[in-house]
Amino acid sequence: MSKTLFDKVWDEHIVDSIPNGPSILYIDKHLIHEVTSPQAFDGVVSRNINVMRPDRTIATADHNVPTKNQHLPIKEELSRKQVEKLTQNCNKHNIKLYGLGHKYQGIVHVIGPELGLTLPGMTIVCGDSHTSTHGAFGSIAFGIGTSEVEMVLSTQCLLQNKPKTMKIEIDGKLNKGVYSKDIILYIISKISASGGTGYFVEYSGSAIESLSMESRMTICNMSIEMGARGGMIAPDEITFEYIKGKEFAPKGDDLNNKINYWNSLRSDKDAKYDKIIKFKAEDIEPMITYGTNPGMGIKIDEKIPDFTLNSSKNSFQKSLDYMGINSGEKLKNKKIDYVFIGSCTNSRIEDLRAAAKIIQGKNKSSHVNAWVIPGSKSVEKIAVKEGLDKIFIKAGFDFRQPGCSACLAMNEDKIPKDKYCLSTSNRNFEGRQGPGSRTFLASPVTAALSAINGYVSDVRDYI
Amino acid sequence: MDKFKKITSIITPLDIENVDTDQIIPARFLKAVSRDGFGENLFRDWRYDSNENLNKDFILNTFPNHSKILLAGRNFGCGSSREHAAWAIYDYGFRVVISSFFADIFKNNALNNGLLVFELNEKIIHKIFKKISLEPKLEFNIDLITQKFYSGDGSVEETFEINDYNKTCLLNGFDNIDYLLSMKDKILKFENETGR
Ligand code: SF4
Repeated sequence: MSKTLFDKVWDEHIVDSIPNGPSILYIDKHLIHEVTSPQAFDGVVSRNINVMRPDRTIATADHNVPTKNQHLPIKEELSRKQVEKLTQNCNKHNIKLYGLGHKYQGIVHVIGPELGLTLPGMTIVCGDSHTSTHGAFGSIAFGIGTSEVEMVLSTQCLLQNKPKTMKIEIDGKLNKGVYSKDIILYIISKISASGGTGYFVEYSGSAIESLSMESRMTICNMSIEMGARGGMIAPDEITFEYIKGKEFAPKGDDLNNKINYWNSLRSDKDAKYDKIIKFKAEDIEPMITYGTNPGMGIKIDEKIPDFTLNSSKNSFQKSLDYMGINSGEKLKNKKIDYVFIGSCTNSRIEDLRAAAKIIQGKNKSSHVNAWVIPGSKSVEKIAVKEGLDKIFIKAGFDFRQPGCSACLAMNEDKIPKDKYCLSTSNRNFEGRQGPGSRTFLASPVTAALSAINGYVSDVRDYI
Repeated sequence: MDKFKKITSIITPLDIENVDTDQIIPARFLKAVSRDGFGENLFRDWRYDSNENLNKDFILNTFPNHSKILLAGRNFGCGSSREHAAWAIYDYGFRVVISSFFADIFKNNALNNGLLVFELNEKIIHKIFKKISLEPKLEFNIDLITQKFYSGDGSVEETFEINDYNKTCLLNGFDNIDYLLSMKDKILKFENETGR
């Protein structure tokens, strides 16, 4: 029987199935962090059992860590306690931790791929919804809750109902000034913030195949923003090239054998999906969101509409009121107060390079606070080696240390009430970047250029 | 996990769509290392304004808080995977959330914590919203055994879906981890056979 990529990886990991109920899915890699793990470890201890496969578990501290002076003890008491608790739990249960100060520390979804921990055909979970990022390698990767973290720590398995499958195909050549962030914002604006609920998505088509691994990660990362459990892309030469030489990736003959297997990880020609959606690459333009869910996105020079998919009039108006904007207005040329370049969506070296290229030799607008937060220590190191840090700093940007930062504002990096932030992160929810903060989501290039101009800018006017 | 018992309660209506987990429990309250006490901060930024004053218009503040049933707009629980959202709803006192559909991760998190979530057709949900806006004291019953949801006055009677496994777990207070641990031999065998 012909199978989709998703079916192939799923079937390889089924230990058993309960009739009329969920399946037992074996998990190859479990990533954990300080915020969603402490209660899970307590559960394991109170059951008097051990972590089943510490060797398949990797920890980092990212969600609430400061992005300045990481060598000093964390000032905020609750954050410090959470990070200390993670350290204690990892020591006790023999789990490798890339904590603050470690050369591999960083946002959990940035370090997995760059260290070669994320590989095609794996099942990967983490107590964070953007685990979907790792699907860019052709793995089944999705976010889980804390009870499920406890399940995986205890048994290396999860009980899961098999999701439906959806194929999103994008063929054609991308327009100038269009980046992978624009592609995913475009898709979500077309199918809404809930259009993928119940599905696991496979992205395919020539426009997707042309993308680098880091760009593919940006797309898969935001699968959850349309409600999909995860997104995946079939591995190819670009994937294998990326993996080669990564710290923990297979090497030599082992790698060649793996590549032989990975080559089989693509959907069969006549594989059946529950839903297929097609887009043309030529239709995609630079995008920006205006509302309080990622489905509320428009082309950057479009007017704000007076309705959106899957939203009632009330909810839509509530959202515009929160954002302090009106239907019929344009966001282009709108004054902004903050620019945040970071998060697991857009804090990789490719993102920083693209932003630096725009900024080089210019100064940020005097009324804008601009932050660049590299996704990991490794990204930071490369940025410094290439002199990108100097470009940012000279332009008046704050170049900080790795962490989730203003993506969810759990540390002190918060956008103040009513201030507009052009952000490269993934969520524009009410208060996401700090109580009362107002978020416009866009690509790193749009963010960098807008920081220079002081208002929302269209990259096509400058290239 | 507590056993799920038959429920009779008025409904708290939350007629908003796409309620995300950042609204249910804002990130700044996720620093606790235990599971308790999240109810206090449920919908924090809707319940209080930025000066910590009670927002008198928000439903949780205008409504008697002994309701066990939350009725919400579509796509409830989207966004982050934080299970704290389910803990907060449960800790506040709700035992059931009804919507026309839920985000996947939230649904799992709720069921893993004894919080029953089920879906009803959007038209029916609208009808109930309307009905309770006129009769806020109307009580509703939820019987998980027969999968029935019905109003005290007999005007609403619906059957809801839930899979057998989740139903058994809720009714008996069973927990997935106990089940998985009982399957340990099979898991070890799988590891052996697949070279993991
Ligand atoms: S950067 Fe944001 S979305 Fe990504 S893992 Fe951190 S908090 Fe989650």
